[in-house]
Amino acid sequence: MSTSEKTRIVGSPVLRKEGADKLLGRALYVDDLERDDMWYGATVRSTIPRGLIRSIGFDRRIDWTEFAVVTASDIPGNNHIQLIVADQPCLADGKVNHFDEPILLLAHPDKCKVREAVDAVQIEYESLPPIFTIEESERQEVIVCGKDNILKSFLLEKGNVDTAWAGAAHIVEGEYRTGAQEHLYIENNGIIAEWDAETGVTVWGSLQCPYYVHKSLVGVFDLPEDKVRVIQCETGGAFGGKEDYPSTLAAHAALLAMRSGHPIKMVYDRMEDLAATTKRHPSRVRHRTALDKDGKLLAMDIEIALDGGAYSTLSSTVLSRATLHSPGPYVCPNVRIRSKAWATNTVPYGAFRGFGAPQSIFAVERHMDEIAASIGLDPIEIRRGNFLHVGDTTATEQLMKDPVIMDKLLDRALEESDYHARRARFARENPSSQVKRGIGISAFFHGSGFTGSGERNLNSLAGVDVTPEGKVRVLVSNTEFGQGTNTVLTQCAAEAIGIDYEDIAMAASDTSIVPNSGPTVASRTVMVVGRLIERASHQLIDMLREKAALGASHTREEFFAACERYRIAHGKVESLCRYEAPPGIYWDDQKYHGEAYPAFAWSIHVAQVAVDMVTYSAEVEDFWAVQEVGRVLNPVLAPGQIEGGVAQGIGYALYEKVVLQNGHMANNQMTNYIMPTADDVPPIHVYFEEIPFRYGGFGAKGIGELPHDGPAPAILNAIRDATGIGFPAIPLLPEDLYAELVTRHPIAEAATV
Amino acid sequence: MTATVPASTPTIRFTVNGEAVAVRTLPMKRLLDVLREDLHLTGTKEGCGEGECGSCSVRMNGELVNSCLVPALQAEGAVIQTVEDLATNGVLNSLQQAFLNCGGAQCGICTPGMLMAATQLLEVNPHPTLAEIREGLAGNLCRCTGFMRIFESVIEAAAKNIEDTAEPASHAR
Repeated sequence: MSTSEKTRIVGSPVLRKEGADKLLGRALYVDDLERDDMWYGATVRSTIPRGLIRSIGFDRRIDWTEFAVVTASDIPGNNHIQLIVADQPCLADGKVNHFDEPILLLAHPDKCKVREAVDAVQIEYESLPPIFTIEESERQEVIVCGKDNILKSFLLEKGNVDTAWAGAAHIVEGEYRTGAQEHLYIENNGIIAEWDAETGVTVWGSLQCPYYVHKSLVGVFDLPEDKVRVIQCETGGAFGGKEDYPSTLAAHAALLAMRSGHPIKMVYDRMEDLAATTKRHPSRVRHRTALDKDGKLLAMDIEIALDGGAYSTLSSTVLSRATLHSPGPYVCPNVRIRSKAWATNTVPYGAFRGFGAPQSIFAVERHMDEIAASIGLDPIEIRRGNFLHVGDTTATEQLMKDPVIMDKLLDRALEESDYHARRARFARENPSSQVKRGIGISAFFHGSGFTGSGERNLNSLAGVDVTPEGKVRVLVSNTEFGQGTNTVLTQCAAEAIGIDYEDIAMAASDTSIVPNSGPTVASRTVMVVGRLIERASHQLIDMLREKAALGASHTREEFFAACERYRIAHGKVESLCRYEAPPGIYWDDQKYHGEAYPAFAWSIHVAQVAVDMVTYSAEVEDFWAVQEVGRVLNPVLAPGQIEGGVAQGIGYALYEKVVLQNGHMANNQMTNYIMPTADDVPPIHVYFEEIPFRYGGFGAKGIGELPHDGPAPAILNAIRDATGIGFPAIPLLPEDLYAELVTRHPIAEAATV
Repeated sequence: MTATVPASTPTIRFTVNGEAVAVRTLPMKRLLDVLREDLHLTGTKEGCGEGECGSCSVRMNGELVNSCLVPALQAEGAVIQTVEDLATNGVLNSLQQAFLNCGGAQCGICTPGMLMAATQLLEVNPHPTLAEIREGLAGNLCRCTGFMRIFESVIEAAAKNIEDTAEPASHAR
């Protein structure tokens, strides 16, 4: 197996493939591009959260003949954005279900004029009663979606929870909440579109999943697949926020292009991007847990509610991942998880790094500390006593066959952070200090790749080819948006083919060039697609040995000479591979039973916080992240992923609050939606334990989402250690700390820790 | 161009990346847009449009400014440096090279502004402490890296500066 072999390029710190272009300011993002005779598009949006559209009027002071105008009636195909369920219109038709819902599109050659014209479109509504919270949706007094406001539900059962309570020494209950979170990619959403009666629709954009956009455009325009072309530009951050939304924006720009006969650029400004695009689902998770006298888990009864917003978008799969991650990395004989995603009249919530897992892991990892406190165990020991090991089964009864090293990760985290000494020191110093310090941990796993049968259904195709100019190209639809796709997939190909990193280029992310190797989501790129590139590269070498007299070992010159011989004899030099599931994978989508993920990444986070009892601000002072993600393919990029995810997790816990007023994001500016700055992030210490995964690209498992799962519970557990108060909700802002701390005599409680 | 320029539009003259330029533009047009649209220097990016994120940072008369907050008329006679000026004939300077080596750039959209902020910092303070680096870059938001590798990049570039000052001959290449 290649995973145990010594490698030349995999595992080495090769430089980011497109790094120099980015540093030179030459990398071209969508707003850096122009087309001849290009016009600018803008969107007229709903100014109420729910209602019927009674009329659309145009201010007579504007000469509307200069503008292209598009409404729902101009859509040649289906008026919905193709994703999982076809419920979200491309443009509202007769009714609106959330504030900022797109209703009408405008285009004009002058960027300023088109923005001014948005306010000159007058829409009259007949308001309907809106709902904005999970609780309002659950009450079902106002039905805003289907028959019952439920976008999706799951029931997962292992053993029998109901019979477990009687024999329990302890039963601990808790309720935990997480807020919405904005991706805050620094590049806003943007698309350029062209339409031509002969060639169809072409779009360039900032996006994660070219084939998602492609599928959506095929439906909206009712065009054959070969009449739609999607090209990804350099993309300035995504984090899940450019998984589904670009499908909507691309359709809008392309409709205006068709209407106006001009190329259309639509690049949102920050306020529009914040107000109108997806965010992380808010959640409420309830735990009821039975334990024996030694603190062994006997039963976990978990109830999850997500706020899905006005349309289904990705809520079903976000809920799925929230469900599967909600019991944490623990073994428990009896588990019941009931989960629901509820519709409300807000902008639909969507994919964001972690995809439901940060919500349910926040709950279980806060709950573990509450259990420890309530039964008089140490937070470390309650976890250690319940970790999954090889031979155990998860809540879906997936048997742990590959090594599970949570004990080792925990030991390493305790040692690197000097956890016990710090904790003892803080307990000593806190009573006489205005600043209360604490240290907290979280333990968690993250499933790599699509859930259950997902990867099999995707049926990804990827590979490599060799151009007549003698350049090897990696052919994938998986995109680079900062995480390192270009670099790591190039490393895989160079390693497997036996040539230099510099000999290989990424083919353009253009649906007319690259095959559909699936979306760039779910921490799947390196594990799943990297493996396809590894296989396709080996297949290419076998092909050249068999048909072009390549020797048993080769230099790069011999390789390229063999490619040329092959090309002359057989035409193009190309090797593609299709996904093959690892053996022994069984998944029941109805019962939610079986192998939920082909592999898990495992991690322990430790956070040290300081709570200032005068300002009520909580600051993360130090942070340790220890993880096992299979093999680390690039020792610069991999820790970069962890550090970035941790920083976002710190923001999720202590800084980032989406304030909704009447269903509209009221703080839709960077001035008042606050993320951690260079001055706010603590030192982040990153450690890997490497166990190559035999079915992942050169031994890799998923890495990208994992680091966002752990910071919030570790930080709030540290605040519990510092103050004696277990806060159940994030974001936890100074005003929230103040409200609790002034009423709860924290100094006395902290002294008892 | 996006807007029709009226006949009365003034011409604003300044120096950008060592070159004298004259741009006919509305006086309140943002310097960011003048750079990107009129001068086609698209290395400078817009992130927030309100001076919070620092993606549009450029150096103006030796100060770091958010070009989204500077009206064109204020640039009259100014000396402006953008990311395009850092490299020589496409060869990365020591700061850019340090960002490449250390993983200081991920998605790259904050990178031009971050490089200008770091350039400013190192010019004012060639050997900054970590605390000074944190403060010097606090006006530039990066959502990808968690900043750790950006700090390392600046530290490496500062160390290279010391090395270069100490033994200039060994780095003639």
